Amino acid sequence: MDFSIASILMLDGVTNGAIYALLGLATVLVFTVTRVIFIPQGEFVAYGALTLAMLQTGKIPGTVWLLLIMAALAALMEGVARWRHNGNPGRALKAALKILIFPAIVSGLSVWAAPQQFSLWVQAALSVAIVTAFGPLVYRVAYQSLESSPPLVLLIVSVGVHFAMTGLGLLFFGAEGFRNPPFWDERFNLGPVAVSGQTVIIFAVSLALIVLLWLYFERSLRGKALRATAVNRTGARLMGISSHSAGQLTFLMAAFIGALSGLLIGPTTTVFYDSGFLIGLKGFVAAVIAGLSSYPGALLGALFVGIVEAFGAFWASAFKEVIVFTIILPVLLVRSLRAGHSDEDH
Amino acid sequence: MKIKNFALLVLAIAIPVLALLPLPDFWIVQLNYIGLYALVCLGLVLLTGVGGLTSFGQAAFVGIGAYTTAWLTLNTGMSPWLTLFVGLAITGASALIVAAITLRMSGHYLPLATIAWGLSLYYLMGNLAALGKYDGLQGLKSLSIGSLDIGQGRWFFVLTWVILLAGATALLNLLDSRPGRAIRSLKGASQMAEAMGINTFRYKVSIFLIAALLASIGGWLLAHFQLTVNPSAFGLKMGIEYLFMTVVGGIGYVWGAIVGAGLIKLLDDYLQVALPALIGTSGSYEVIVFGVAIVLVLKYLPDGLWSLVARYLPSAPRRVDWQDAGNLPSRSKPARGESVLKVDKIRKQFGGLTAVNDISFQIDAGQIVGLIGPNGAGKSTTFNLITGTLSKTRGQVLFRGQDISSLPARGIARQGMARTFQHVKMIPDMTVLENVAMGAYTRGHSGVIGAMLRINKAEEHRMMKEAQRQLERIGMGEHLHEQAGNLAMGPQRLMEIARALCSDPALLLLDEPAAGLRHKEKQDLIQVLRQLQSEGMSILLVEHDMDLVMDVCDHLVVMEFGTLLTQGTPEEIQASPAVRAAYLGTEH
Repeated sequence: MDFSIASILMLDGVTNGAIYALLGLATVLVFTVTRVIFIPQGEFVAYGALTLAMLQTGKIPGTVWLLLIMAALAALMEGVARWRHNGNPGRALKAALKILIFPAIVSGLSVWAAPQQFSLWVQAALSVAIVTAFGPLVYRVAYQSLESSPPLVLLIVSVGVHFAMTGLGLLFFGAEGFRNPPFWDERFNLGPVAVSGQTVIIFAVSLALIVLLWLYFERSLRGKALRATAVNRTGARLMGISSHSAGQLTFLMAAFIGALSGLLIGPTTTVFYDSGFLIGLKGFVAAVIAGLSSYPGALLGALFVGIVEAFGAFWASAFKEVIVFTIILPVLLVRSLRAGHSDEDH
Repeated sequence: MKIKNFALLVLAIAIPVLALLPLPDFWIVQLNYIGLYALVCLGLVLLTGVGGLTSFGQAAFVGIGAYTTAWLTLNTGMSPWLTLFVGLAITGASALIVAAITLRMSGHYLPLATIAWGLSLYYLMGNLAALGKYDGLQGLKSLSIGSLDIGQGRWFFVLTWVILLAGATALLNLLDSRPGRAIRSLKGASQMAEAMGINTFRYKVSIFLIAALLASIGGWLLAHFQLTVNPSAFGLKMGIEYLFMTVVGGIGYVWGAIVGAGLIKLLDDYLQVALPALIGTSGSYEVIVFGVAIVLVLKYLPDGLWSLVARYLPSAPRRVDWQDAGNLPSRSKPARGESVLKVDKIRKQFGGLTAVNDISFQIDAGQIVGLIGPNGAGKSTTFNLITGTLSKTRGQVLFRGQDISSLPARGIARQGMARTFQHVKMIPDMTVLENVAMGAYTRGHSGVIGAMLRINKAEEHRMMKEAQRQLERIGMGEHLHEQAGNLAMGPQRLMEIARALCSDPALLLLDEPAAGLRHKEKQDLIQVLRQLQSEGMSILLVEHDMDLVMDVCDHLVVMEFGTLLTQGTPEEIQASPAVRAAYLGTEH
């Protein structure tokens, strides 16, 4: 290996790492606020990329129908729960409609826009909107009523949701894989390395999102409310911060980050309905490196995972995944030795 | 007869009956698979249902068992009856590595590590040329004894289900034993367990190991039944399915494993055909149904299907068969007047807050010392520092002349210091007797294997006898077989005292024993404390009930804002203006 190969591998690793970083951040975000270990994070990635791919072919993406079904289900659950709670059908209906409205608008827009073959950027925005709308619905349908269960139960629910979302992905997108066109077709030569426009976009978007997240949590009241929920749910509830809406908001952000990652990764690799899982899990390994609690840690962990993956692919391409998923063991060992005894009755 | 034995007997009779019935071969094959899967699920019942830990990587352990025997029998011609043990050894070693790395950390790291572990092992099996890459290894031999082929059909059915029956029996035996009670404390009562002298980490490793070994046996059977192995049966998806089977069947029940394995296997087979036919294209759509089903089960039937059955099964009380048992070993007690506990300038800082500030006092054998002070004075923290539940910032604690400052809670418990908790800690779904028997943990020796084989009977009897004796001593003789979780607050506290006494302590530390007790119960408690004192027991008491404290204590230590305010006899304390000011405030 000479310097040029090493720098190409580094660039490759850091590019993928930037996407894993986004997913790692989402994982940390969801875990700290809701204690859900969100295995299906990667499914949003595949949904995002495939929704765009469908829009590219001028078809109405299957996610639109899935979104409507999910929204109807969530609205029904919300309506019934409210009705039972306060016995007022008017208010129950209002709550149900509130859940329905955003998915309905997005779906309507997509059905109208799909055959019109708008520009790539419009389609991308639409894809992000569709997939983002899934976030709160998934929380409402699968997690909300189990909110106060132990993390172990929530984890098993996550695995169930992952199964269901993968199967639904197959049902609505089919088994075929797609590769999206790049958003920016430029190439820059930096010494031995050719940097594609897509790579620049990946870095720019990742950086922008990280800064936005930082601003949101440091500077806005809602962000602080989420942080309060992360630290102490009961305390936050007593201060009037609803743990339901905190959960839904978090999942909204997680779905948004997932969809965006899907768009970013779409042009660099062929995405199948089940590709998201492995991509998401690599973000996960990054989050675990950060102890599921630190945002900068997740960022560094993700870059590390990306670089290990790139070099692993170069030296032993067949064992790339083995290497990536085995590094979690020494990482956990180091954490375990440093943490000592942190275990107690949760 | 006990219900557990009854169910085992039913299964034991059902195996030969089913084997002899003219069932179609298809159903025998299905039963073989169900038996194999149930064996893996049995491990998850112990690990997840009882121990509160989770693994998504059981399929990987199945894979290690299967690939080990496949490779060895094909390449070295070893007998499968030997490769079983090689497989167990390799599985055991890898399980120990994963366990050692993850189990010291909080609960969710184990499942995460097993996901990563399951994935990497899957890709490893799928890419190693020696293991046939994704095609796997073919041409394995069926299991045989001499010239009798027992690896297929009815013989294999009998083999698998007898192993399953043996596994279930061993597990039920284990759960009702000294190590079993320790395992049952892992989910939610590990602090209490440590205070009873139990090394909870070791038991977590043990149950992870047992679960992995059961999976490995399953893999060995599977390899010789299918005559071929390939990675797809050992991937993460299968690992998740094993957990689903167990959750659906009832993760807390040994029989839930069999019910869940049967249901999911049959459903899986049906859906894999029915759904693609319905949708019109091939694909594994059954995961949608499983995903939705598992969320529904967790929501509406979190204890699984077997809980519906278990509700109607009568629960017979434990048979009292230990009257003739001998006594547990007891430790030498300090002579009256000898120093039992010497606390020397212990300090605890939480960040900038000094919760306990250089507290010193001592207790002599046969003394009852009360630790009192207003709320927030640091009494319970002091208590936790002495018993090792919290680590000291500095200072020294001498127990019977030995420095115990650096020992963990379980080490201190083994030295003969027993405690109760301010908020009762117990295992609610065990009986009062079993909860109290946990106190005698340090006085027994039987291990996991002995318990599985039921060669620990004599010791179990001695423990039960001791537990009964202590419960009767404290006036709870009628509650022996009640579920601990059903007790009212007062009896729960008394049960904790009985549990502490069961460890044959030289020093008893009681954290607010009278809280929640009625007047009559308090009078009884005073009687008990007096009686213990007359037998030479030393007691340290944290208590808010001043009548009780003044009545029974020989010596009082008063704390305020983490510091020692004063100490002396009850009369001196009552007369002290400083104490009065601390409790009631000063006049201005």
